[in-house]
Amino acid sequence: MHIFEFIRPRDPAAAIAAAAQSKTAQQGADVRFMGGGTTLIDLMKLNVEAPDRVLDINRLPLDKIEATPDGGLKIGATVRNSDLAHHPKVQKDYLVLSQAILNGASAQIRNMATVSGNLLQRTRCVYFRDTAMSCNKREPGSGCPAITGHNRTLAILGTSEHCIATNPSDMCVAMAALEATIHVQGPKGSRAIPFSEFHLLPGNTPHRETILEPGDLITHLTLPPPISGSKQLYLKLRDRASYEFALASAAVVLTIAGGNITRARVALGGVGTKPWRSPDAERALTGKTANDATFRQAAEAALREARPQSENGFKIELAKRCLAYALRTAATS
Amino acid sequence: MSDDDPESLPPSPTRRKFLLTSGSSVAASLVAAYVPASARNAAGGTDSAPISAGPSIEGVVPITLRINGKDHQLKIDPRTTLLDCIRETVALTGTKKGCDHGQCGACTVHVNGRRVLSCLNLALMHDGDEITTVEGLGTPDAMHPMQASFLACDAYQCGYCTSGQIMSAVALLKEPCGPEDTSVKELMSGNICRCGAYANIVEAIQQVRKKA
Repeated sequence: MHIFEFIRPRDPAAAIAAAAQSKTAQQGADVRFMGGGTTLIDLMKLNVEAPDRVLDINRLPLDKIEATPDGGLKIGATVRNSDLAHHPKVQKDYLVLSQAILNGASAQIRNMATVSGNLLQRTRCVYFRDTAMSCNKREPGSGCPAITGHNRTLAILGTSEHCIATNPSDMCVAMAALEATIHVQGPKGSRAIPFSEFHLLPGNTPHRETILEPGDLITHLTLPPPISGSKQLYLKLRDRASYEFALASAAVVLTIAGGNITRARVALGGVGTKPWRSPDAERALTGKTANDATFRQAAEAALREARPQSENGFKIELAKRCLAYALRTAATS
Repeated sequence: MSDDDPESLPPSPTRRKFLLTSGSSVAASLVAAYVPASARNAAGGTDSAPISAGPSIEGVVPITLRINGKDHQLKIDPRTTLLDCIRETVALTGTKKGCDHGQCGACTVHVNGRRVLSCLNLALMHDGDEITTVEGLGTPDAMHPMQASFLACDAYQCGYCTSGQIMSAVALLKEPCGPEDTSVKELMSGNICRCGAYANIVEAIQQVRKKA
């Protein structure tokens, strides 16, 4: 592991000032915020990340879950995944979020991992994690051996000729379906970022994964007020029953009145280069009768743009069945 | 240290004592020899509270770690994981290093009463925290009920993952967990047992839960 300075900023302003000295907030940043460490320390051991400075944000006052004046929820950046998943208000009003978190990682990792760190979780692509291999995300311009190599677990949506790495987060899939807002403080002030605008598609800059700039500190997320009577579900399909990343997953939030779907929010995991909200699936559901034909049409719409690689074509049908099954299960719950 | 010379060892050393002795001397010599060329003082000119405060060896940082109720004043390389600090610096070898990447659970310890993976934490993140390792749970003469239950149920084969399994299992007792075996299996999925002693591990945990 590369040697680094370990600094504990005394307040968010000090953290932002220290991080603003980094040349980038993206892959290879020379200054990194340290949350739970479950991604960053792992990648530092692999020499995939090698910051000169590590800023420990764990003792900043960013660890509260509070109601917002409009009836929504404010979730501090360093709230642990387990605390969020077990929070009574999350279990009552944002069940899909609790389910998604509890379907991810292990109990130990959920106790460690922060909410803001989960937003920045890195891909599990084996080429990204191995510095002996080329990777456009890790070393821009070096090539993507995954496209002609081992790509069974990699993405089928949002890929480019430069990168097909999957976003591995479960939590983010639920956050996308719940239309969370990410609140950032940076050297130029504060801003609120709609969830769908936070993560970037790889395009020809796969080393840029989010819109964050040097010094940007995620302070909290907010969830809009819960939709009364909504039916929510997170369904995750994987190679083993627990402690495994998704091959395909679906987060659905449905409102059904008199057998008709009046509102639908759909996001997919395990298949996209970012947490994959599907407006096409939502359009295919909204105003339609809640039945299997509608759910299958939504699944077809969600995967219409899917592009399989040599080993992961099975994910297209898997993701369709995952979404259709999640919609049916939620609708009949 | 003349570890190479078996004549210098005490008569009939146990394997554990031998490893402890040689392990801590290796750790001590590494710390003494380590002077990183690129290390800089952590004060670094930022408006932040530095963790390092003029260490006598460049790049080595003082820290107080509270493990099993006892404070340890240490000087460590900032890169030292909590796991390596517990095993190599403090020489508590009950906590095991399996994968070192958060995939096996062998290194599970408690921080402020919650189970975490010590391999994916830096020791420096935990000054002032209450750390519990398997050595802090019980002793051979006064075992924690979970330790006794693992013994009674033969909930191990080679034993390498066992301390991590027990630390996870003890933490599970205080977590939301349904009564059935499937809930226990789900919440224990972060602890891999290469030998496959899972059935007896679940049984050991369930016996403790039923008595509670």
